[in-house]
Amino acid sequence: MKEVKSTISRDLCYHCGEQCEESIIMLDDKPFCCAGCKTAYQILDKSGLCNYYDLESHPGINLKSTKSRARFDYLEDQEVIERISDFQNNQQLSVTLYIPNIHCTSCVWLLENLQKLDDGVLQSTVNFMRHELSLLVDIEKTSLRNVVEQLTTIGYEPEIRLDKLDAKTSKSHQNRSLWLKLGVAGFAFGNIMLFSFPDYLDFSSGGMGTHFQVFFGALNIILAVPVLVYSSSDYLKSAFAALSQRGVNLDVPISIGIVALFSRSVYEIVTGVGTGYMDSFTGLIFFLLIGKLIQQKTFNRLSFDRDYRSYLPIAVNSVDASGAEKSISLDKLKPGIEIRLRNQELVPCDSILLSEKAFVDYSFITGESDPQEVNQGDHVYAGARLTGTSATLRTEEEVENSYLTKLWNHEAFTNNDKELKLTSFADRISPYFTVSVLGISALAGMYWLSAAGMEMALSVFTAVLIIACPCALALSTPFTLGSALNVLSLNGLFVKNHLLLENLSKATSIVFDKTGTLTNKQDKNVQYIGEKLSEEQKILILSACQQSIHPVSRKIVEHLVDDIEHTFRPDSFYEVSGKGIFAAFEGNLICIGSRQFLSEQTNLSISDIPVSEFDGTTAHLAINGEYLGTFSFKAGLRDGIGNLLQSLKSSFKTFLISGDNESQREEFAGLFGMDESLLFNNSPEEKLEFINNLQKDNQKVVMVGDGLNDAGALKQSDFGIALSDDISSFSPACDAILEGDSLQDLNKFIRFSQACMKIIIASFVLSLLYNTIGLSFAISGHLSPLVAAILMPLSSVSVMVFTFLTTRYTANKLGLAIWK
Amino acid sequence: MEVIFMLIGFSLLVAIIFLVLFFWAVRSGQFDDQYTPSMRVLFDDKKSEQQQTTNNKNRDEECHH
Repeated sequence: MKEVKSTISRDLCYHCGEQCEESIIMLDDKPFCCAGCKTAYQILDKSGLCNYYDLESHPGINLKSTKSRARFDYLEDQEVIERISDFQNNQQLSVTLYIPNIHCTSCVWLLENLQKLDDGVLQSTVNFMRHELSLLVDIEKTSLRNVVEQLTTIGYEPEIRLDKLDAKTSKSHQNRSLWLKLGVAGFAFGNIMLFSFPDYLDFSSGGMGTHFQVFFGALNIILAVPVLVYSSSDYLKSAFAALSQRGVNLDVPISIGIVALFSRSVYEIVTGVGTGYMDSFTGLIFFLLIGKLIQQKTFNRLSFDRDYRSYLPIAVNSVDASGAEKSISLDKLKPGIEIRLRNQELVPCDSILLSEKAFVDYSFITGESDPQEVNQGDHVYAGARLTGTSATLRTEEEVENSYLTKLWNHEAFTNNDKELKLTSFADRISPYFTVSVLGISALAGMYWLSAAGMEMALSVFTAVLIIACPCALALSTPFTLGSALNVLSLNGLFVKNHLLLENLSKATSIVFDKTGTLTNKQDKNVQYIGEKLSEEQKILILSACQQSIHPVSRKIVEHLVDDIEHTFRPDSFYEVSGKGIFAAFEGNLICIGSRQFLSEQTNLSISDIPVSEFDGTTAHLAINGEYLGTFSFKAGLRDGIGNLLQSLKSSFKTFLISGDNESQREEFAGLFGMDESLLFNNSPEEKLEFINNLQKDNQKVVMVGDGLNDAGALKQSDFGIALSDDISSFSPACDAILEGDSLQDLNKFIRFSQACMKIIIASFVLSLLYNTIGLSFAISGHLSPLVAAILMPLSSVSVMVFTFLTTRYTANKLGLAIWK
Repeated sequence: MEVIFMLIGFSLLVAIIFLVLFFWAVRSGQFDDQYTPSMRVLFDDKKSEQQQTTNNKNRDEECHH
């Protein structure tokens, strides 16, 4: 069973595939990079789950970085369990967990075989696209905490966040009913087409014909009734709702067409004057529902509606007077409670630091990932992430009243009508359309009333209503935009709702956040200016900097670590926080820090050290009392930003809005041109207000941001784009998620969306052309069922083909990828 | 030609059976997740002895004989 593959690499971790750099742990002739990976392997091996390694090579999740395990004490709390589970009784518990680490076939296999690891798990099902694991747990045999801790040990830590509280995973699947309606319509369409075929061949003239006509006619009505009352119910209901509010949407003319088609057909079949249009009727509904299905297709693995609760944990550890820790759920957290946080945990609400010193980073909020130092008594804002040693804090505000979370009380978040206001072009023209259709049918009816009597007049009247049914019109928007959304997602832009694309196409102003959006988060350029360093000197500098957790030291380590294999422990080392570090190695003295620090530590006078012309962060280097050079750090711009801004400036107003200080004003002034389009030191609320003011000047604003501090601006803007280097990781609430590397194509995306609006209008013209041809048949009184049966599907299909081909063609011309 | 009435009755019956099956498939959630099942196909049959789902129990027993 356990076939050891011959291709086990000597230095790649058998579990996670990582290069085993530091030390290799061997077990069963297999190398592991860390104890975590080895443990995960042992657990799987013991339970006979080693298929995991056969399905994909090195499927495991690297466990090196998870040194301090997240704590799941709160999963013992009966109330918490109740509020996060989907269902619970005395024996069983069903819960849906979000597991970001699910990434391959092996993951699915392992997680669906979870009962091998824990026999209390009765059922486990993975939804790969949603990264969700649905569990049914026997709570007499195991506890939710046990299962979650087991998952964490093997590398699949579930993300249990504050928004999970009371958010029952909805088990009602609205998509299911659409599938069923489509099934019924397709079933009726196919069968009625077969039954109608003899009619088209004029089979009815024979002696047997009348029998067949009655039989087929009856069958057609029986098959068409469920299509009317079930499949088309959404259109009828929506039209009725619109009319009762004295509005007209596109569903009104569609419903008029549906009702006219059905009643005319029933009338013809019952009275025996004709064979009816049941095939056209069911076909129409079938095509409309396909359009609806495309419209509903969303990127359900992405979350567009996240607020701060998706980031905060569900509970924290509070410390009572005796020093004992107890988990407390966040919604019960009051000001004045002492809490203890560990490495990588988030500060849930504005607090004051009680420990002597701590490092936090605000990457969730600003996108800036460098840790900052805070001292005892300092304020720490909600959303800060603790790095390094654990710390004790005293809460100052409730979670929802904290500096950051207050943003969500702003009206931009409370009135959620941005999407409700979205209407398609088709909806907007439908009142005119409906009036003209009714006008034409009435006129034609009146003409025939005077020319050939009542029966002919009614026949022409209904024929016009039938043929003018804007089926192709209704399809052109979902098909064009659905196709556009597919093209955009291939190129890295994932749009939440297809109607939002119109907002993008109307953009007049584009506002960028700076940190993490224009600048690249990970890759800070470290530049060294000065005398060339020898290999030996580099090793010493690296060894010294490794002793410090100050961000500047970490950057130097990252800069140097690539070409150096081993480092030493310094004989002595000390650090003056915020100033510099000093290390001694067998006679070599390394000193790195500010000018003042260097002059204090060495014999150098402050004038020996050149003032850097660079206005960002710098660190000066001296070895053995001799000044050698300066490290300077600046956030690198993402690739292609210069070209992007150049191309955008000609047609849009561009702005930069940042929460940071003005140190990079010069650099961006060159990119943005005008100085007044650069705004620094803006709070999240000010960003939101800025967008609001632009909109008051009748600007359509596209906002590009990445941090939680942009959330308000993203929400307020007409099209908010959240930039993310890993699309399945966190991003603030937005209208679209953009992959970091695709930012340079933003101009193409906007031009493509504009082209799509033109395609919609072109496909309208196309479908109106069909309507005109049909109308000429209808008005002249020649609309036979055969003409209707050909014309109606033909118009729908040609609109589908036309929109599909033109969107791909346009995308290709703009240089966007159109295939995977 | 009367046989056509019967034939159509049968063909409709078969079609209705398929429609009912489709309803069952949708209701049982087969259309909810259209991606993960394609990955489950890759789980090897010979390893079915490791899977404890009721569907595979019979096959497991055959393997053991």
